[in-house]
Amino acid sequence: MTLIDLANPTKFLSLTARVLPWLAGATAILLLIGFYQAAMAPDDYQQGATAKIMFVHVPNAWLAMFVWGVMSIAALGTLVWRHPLADVAAKAAVPIGAAFTFLALVTGSLWGRPMWGTYWEWDARMTSVLILFLMYLGLMALWRAVDDPSRAARAAAVLTLVGAINLPIIKFSVDWWNTLHQPAAVLRMGGTSLDKAFLIPLLVMAVGFSLLFVTLHLAAMRNEILRRRVRSLQMMQASQQAA
Amino acid sequence: MALGPHASFIVTSYATVAAVVVLLIAWIAIDYRRQKERLRELEASGVTRRSGRQATDI
Repeated sequence: MTLIDLANPTKFLSLTARVLPWLAGATAILLLIGFYQAAMAPDDYQQGATAKIMFVHVPNAWLAMFVWGVMSIAALGTLVWRHPLADVAAKAAVPIGAAFTFLALVTGSLWGRPMWGTYWEWDARMTSVLILFLMYLGLMALWRAVDDPSRAARAAAVLTLVGAINLPIIKFSVDWWNTLHQPAAVLRMGGTSLDKAFLIPLLVMAVGFSLLFVTLHLAAMRNEILRRRVRSLQMMQASQQAA
Repeated sequence: MALGPHASFIVTSYATVAAVVVLLIAWIAIDYRRQKERLRELEASGVTRRSGRQATDI
């Protein structure tokens, strides 16, 4: 099966039926290993055991931005290439991205309270991630507000590409402004500042959560294709009844 | 594994992540069943796809 074959929803559905069980299995195994390694990771010399929150906070924060990046590529697919699965991919990713962003905000807040003495501070990093979450909710509302999927797709694609401006702002907010949030520790110039004892479980969790996203996204895309099939059959039924 | 004085924050973080992930999986699984059920109902009512394939075919 070539990449172009995946433009056919029926072929895409048959691919997901074959791939999803393997992806789900690999995700479960990686996350189990990641959670075990996170539990066994040593305490941080300053933060103590509270540093364990990093193993769930950071992957969710990365995915919050990554999912918007995936949606931005899908938005280009909708507007430029008019790929039949592009808006299916974009729509299916929105609630999953919103969930990851919500988790990044909640776990960050729960990490911040014992370490900073506050659940929330209106600093650049936290505020820009909150804006990302609100944009996810806005996109969900937009998809629900417009009945015709192709019209909704074009409006959502424009909003997604405009919202992509927020991604570099989130990434570099800790460098551009004086924030309570710490600067990047893994992806930074000069290499990571994390010790292997923390870095390895963090990377395992990051790959595990990324696989979780791929699995959930493919499953949600399959659902969206079926939903559109239902819609077109309902329209055929209505036109048959009217004739 | 001792979680120290801030154990409640750590446990709440992991529990929230687990709960949201389980909810996401459940929502997607329920949605899949719902769409398949609707397709079965439409097929039973005599509506067929233009390709002639069954509505529930994957």
